[in-house]
Amino acid sequence: MSTPSIIRHRHAPPVVSRSAAGRAPRRPRGAWARRAPLLPALVFMIVVTQLPFVGTLVISFMRWNALDPSDKGFTGLDNYKEEFTDPQLRSALTTTVVLTVTVVLVSLVLGLGLALLMDRKFPGRGAVRTLLITPFLVVPVASALLWKHALYNATYGFINGSLTWIWSLFGSDSAPQPDWLSTSPKLAVEASLIWQWTPFMMLILLAGLQSRPTDVVEAARVDGAGSWDIFRYLTFPHLRRYLELAALLGTVYVVQNFDAVFTLTSGGLGTANLPYAVYSTFYEAHDYGQASAEGVIVVILSIVVATFALRSVSSLLREETH
Amino acid sequence: MAATTLDARAAAPVAGIAPRERKERRSRRLLALGAWICGIVFFLPFAWMVLTSFHSEQDAGTNPPKIDAPLTLHGYREFFGSGTGVSPWPPLINSLTASVVSTLLVLVLATPAAYALSIKPVRKWTDAMFFFLSTKMLPVVAGLLPVYLIAKNIGMLDNIWLLVILYTSMNLPIAVWMMRSFLADVPVAIIEAASIDGAGLPTILTRIVAPIVAPGIAATALISFIFSWNELLFARVLTGVTAGTAPVFLTSFVTSQGLFLAKVCAAAVCISLPVLAAGFAAQDKLVQGLSLGAVK
Repeated sequence: MSTPSIIRHRHAPPVVSRSAAGRAPRRPRGAWARRAPLLPALVFMIVVTQLPFVGTLVISFMRWNALDPSDKGFTGLDNYKEEFTDPQLRSALTTTVVLTVTVVLVSLVLGLGLALLMDRKFPGRGAVRTLLITPFLVVPVASALLWKHALYNATYGFINGSLTWIWSLFGSDSAPQPDWLSTSPKLAVEASLIWQWTPFMMLILLAGLQSRPTDVVEAARVDGAGSWDIFRYLTFPHLRRYLELAALLGTVYVVQNFDAVFTLTSGGLGTANLPYAVYSTFYEAHDYGQASAEGVIVVILSIVVATFALRSVSSLLREETH
Repeated sequence: MAATTLDARAAAPVAGIAPRERKERRSRRLLALGAWICGIVFFLPFAWMVLTSFHSEQDAGTNPPKIDAPLTLHGYREFFGSGTGVSPWPPLINSLTASVVSTLLVLVLATPAAYALSIKPVRKWTDAMFFFLSTKMLPVVAGLLPVYLIAKNIGMLDNIWLLVILYTSMNLPIAVWMMRSFLADVPVAIIEAASIDGAGLPTILTRIVAPIVAPGIAATALISFIFSWNELLFARVLTGVTAGTAPVFLTSFVTSQGLFLAKVCAAAVCISLPVLAAGFAAQDKLVQGLSLGAVK
């Protein structure tokens, strides 16, 4: 896959200078002809995503509850003030951060370990890879239902059932039977999300590992470098961009997670994150102004993450252009 | 080089090498075993779901779990409505319509854009790329309310075509990134040579570019299909009685308290099946697509 692009780059300079020289006199027309194919996609994206966001931004400064349509008007920053002072809403904010950071970090570390294991040749590697990516391919609502009913359920879930079975092996009939979703709701949501996202991290890191130049590693080994040195000084620096990319994409998707919270706990017991809060403020409380303010905060959070992460993506692009 | 290695090996005391090699072989075997165990651990919840879906409701809800209970299609029959009368077909067909039509729209819009960004790059093409990526950073909830209000006012609520438009916008940025990276693999030299030989743009596109990027188009379509099929929030808020999708249908099992565990599992398996099949068939393409084409 990389061979054609090498050819392309080797030939790039003369091609650019030649066509630039030939194109110079009729540049304006050429520029529009070049841009035209880009326009449908650009216009579509601006109309469908940017305009609604402007709407959200405007409504976020309004007092607007659908259940009380007569009392509608601008209130300035009240919705945002509410967001940061109401303990329930503030908890949604911290839950989002905690949930995202935990899920992304843990699945990144697990994914790295799995990718390192899968990087070596061993019998049945293809089969193990297929086993490992399955969690990522199960439809999110289905996977949340699986965890809620088939695994976590206190009376017939697989986890407690296994505990009963293990205890019975030792002749005991008093196995602990905790109700996972009510005793540790946050952990329960996190575990199901980590199960779902670790394979994704592994796949990206594995692709990174397999793009690592092998001759350098060989040379280092000949020079007497141990496995840890090779990992620390060769593999890890090479993987850094892939780790950043995996963290970026994981964060973008986990910040927006709705399915797991909605299905597993319906936002109860302190597991409501911002997307769920937006959903319930809008869909159940019908407070359009407040819901919009929450939407705007999710965007700001995403932008903070994105500015950090976009740098790594832009370095990938720059590398390709040179 | 080869000769010196051989010499060194011959000169080294045999006893010094053998234990080291044995140790290495043993650690390799241990690591392989570890990989297998991890694979099975991650697969276990899914395997349990599939197994439970083939059990009767009595066997599904036992503690400790009954692994060797007799298999039955009862859960599937229940899911497909012969028992309770709620048919899953309308939501499945809605999901299929929304996913397939929006995927086609995505390809129609993304391909020319990717062409403008790679084969004949516009100036400052990275700016356009970042615009597309930034829309992906804009969480869907940020546009939910205005979309809902507009749809309500023009009578588009509970209409599958509204979802088609939204799913297209959801997948278009990723598709542009993927298609650009696939098109960037087309050697410029071949295109130049063809145009010198007198080939017009249509010929170049159909004869040279299309065959090279065909796998890329397939991968883009796959990703777009999967994300549309999985989407819940928009579908839940914007559809109701007639346009509900498969994930929305699944949420009706949320409150059933798992009384019908086999049926719940059968439903989850059935609705995941299209995505699982597509994902297993194209694992490599999936990685490339999900990493926005940046990983090769």
